[in-house]
Amino acid sequence: MKKIEAIVRHFKLEDVKNALVEKGITGMTITEVRGFGRQKGHTEMYRGTEYRVDFVPKVKVEVVVDDGKLQTAISTIVKAAQTGQIGDGKIFVSSLEDCVRIRTGETGKDAIG
Amino acid sequence: MGRLRNHERGFWRPLLLVAGCLAVAMATDRTWAQEEAAGVAEEAAAAAAPAPPTVESVDAKADAAALAGHNAWMLTSSALVLFMTAPGLAMFYGGLVRKKNVLSVMMQCLFLMAMMTVIWALYGYSLAFGDPANASLRPYIGDGDFLFMKDVARSWDEAAGKPVEPIFGGGPITVIPRLSHMLFQGMFFIITPGLICGAFAERMKFSAMALFLMLWGTLVYLPLCHWVWGGGMLSYVPAAGVEPLWGGALDFAGGTVVHISSGVSALICALLIGKRLGFGQEDMRPHNLTYTALGAAMLWVGWFGFNAGSELASDNLTSSAFCTTHFAAAAGGLAWACYDWLTRGKPTVLGTASGIVAGLVCITPAAGFVNPMPALLMGAIAGVVCAFACSKIKATFGYDDSLDAFGVHGVGGTLGALLTGVFATRACWDIGALNGASGTKLGLIEGGTVIYGQIAAVVVTWVFSIVATFIILKVVDAIVGLRVSPQEETLGLDVSQHEEEGYIFV
Repeated sequence: MKKIEAIVRHFKLEDVKNALVEKGITGMTITEVRGFGRQKGHTEMYRGTEYRVDFVPKVKVEVVVDDGKLQTAISTIVKAAQTGQIGDGKIFVSSLEDCVRIRTGETGKDAIG
Repeated sequence: MGRLRNHERGFWRPLLLVAGCLAVAMATDRTWAQEEAAGVAEEAAAAAAPAPPTVESVDAKADAAALAGHNAWMLTSSALVLFMTAPGLAMFYGGLVRKKNVLSVMMQCLFLMAMMTVIWALYGYSLAFGDPANASLRPYIGDGDFLFMKDVARSWDEAAGKPVEPIFGGGPITVIPRLSHMLFQGMFFIITPGLICGAFAERMKFSAMALFLMLWGTLVYLPLCHWVWGGGMLSYVPAAGVEPLWGGALDFAGGTVVHISSGVSALICALLIGKRLGFGQEDMRPHNLTYTALGAAMLWVGWFGFNAGSELASDNLTSSAFCTTHFAAAAGGLAWACYDWLTRGKPTVLGTASGIVAGLVCITPAAGFVNPMPALLMGAIAGVVCAFACSKIKATFGYDDSLDAFGVHGVGGTLGALLTGVFATRACWDIGALNGASGTKLGLIEGGTVIYGQIAAVVVTWVFSIVATFIILKVVDAIVGLRVSPQEETLGLDVSQHEEEGYIFV
């Protein structure tokens, strides 16, 4: 099992969600985050004072998939979230120890999705 | 009622029974009482034939009717001005600070509403508007005339056998209950210190703020109020035997008393307390511009009470003051929005909101003295000048006037006071009549000379505010210290000063 954390642009969330659902990946969790990579922020002049605004608002999408579906999930997200501009985001993949469905107590592969 | 369990059914049935009995009892009692009252009225009508009206009695009725109208407006205005402090200023300022300090700003507003009211009730009104018997005191301060609301609150007249109802006005000045005058003016006493909070937001100790504003209100606002509105040395209509400076100044609703004093004092606060940690590097953008936008709208509406209410009556001039207020706000908002559009490429919400306030500040001394077209011009000038003050001037001198208290109120108030000397017209208020000189020309546009009095008032207010605020701040610093520690400032004032969080969403 793998856990995917995809940091994407706000307005790309719907596209990413729809694309994943279409590919049979039907469960996900989102959080609003702020961050920066190379996009960095900018220096603003606000009311006579200058300051750096580094953190940019993004959305983090967390998805858990079976190993077999990993590449599909990644390529789906990349295709849906891409614009070609700096700030498109990042995908982090980690190994997941276990997954449990709370209602039934199922674990492992059966608990995903 | 859904599925009631046994003990609930047992509760409801007797309750309904009792309620039913009570309803029947009240209904019968009322009809009984109505029958009794009808009987009494019949008797009275039969006993006395009505006396024919006299001129005095009709006169008294007319006076009472007029009082009802004026008082309704004055009480409404008082409520509108209080509304300006909270939610108006609370939201306007609250949205401008960082999330971790939102409560501290709102607390300042609420606390000041409470503390300043108590001070005003105990001795504030008296020192501002009292008329000392000792003529040498009259130019400078009031007295104990109204201490603890004496001769303001109602009392019993044994000889006449009825309550005493103290009034304000008489002769050429519209009569209103003195209570209403006290209340209305009291709301100004609340909001003026509230404005200063904008300068030291996000870093001043709460105890220091409370002590500072208690002293500032007493030692700066009360004398200034007396000088301008209490017949003192800056007043165009001074009390008996007072010689006003350069002829006295026209200040309809508080350009000097409220805006210059608070704005300039704010600057001194900002300079003495110092910049916020991280100023110039960290992201200190407003955490909630939605509050600021709505707060500005509330200030606009409340300002009708502030300016139009300063007519202390409900008449044609009230409408004129209402109009100039509205026009200046509109022009100010438009001007600052355009300033942003031209200098930054896009109009901003913060700029528009600030421009609205700048226009309102500028028209405050002039509201009942200038006509609508000059009001539009004044608002527009204020929008541009204050926008410049809040960006270029602040950047040049590098002080941290966090919420632009000086940039908007200090600069806007000064501009307004001076422009009042330009555009004031006897056509609005023939105020010379109160000095026995009806028809006196006022502003430069009609060849009048009140501009000198305006300049005098502006200079005196600036100097007095600077010196007094400096001294008071030093005293407060010695007693409790002005600024929170760096750790407290980093944690945020909500947590460090009040142990509370503004938003607990998760």
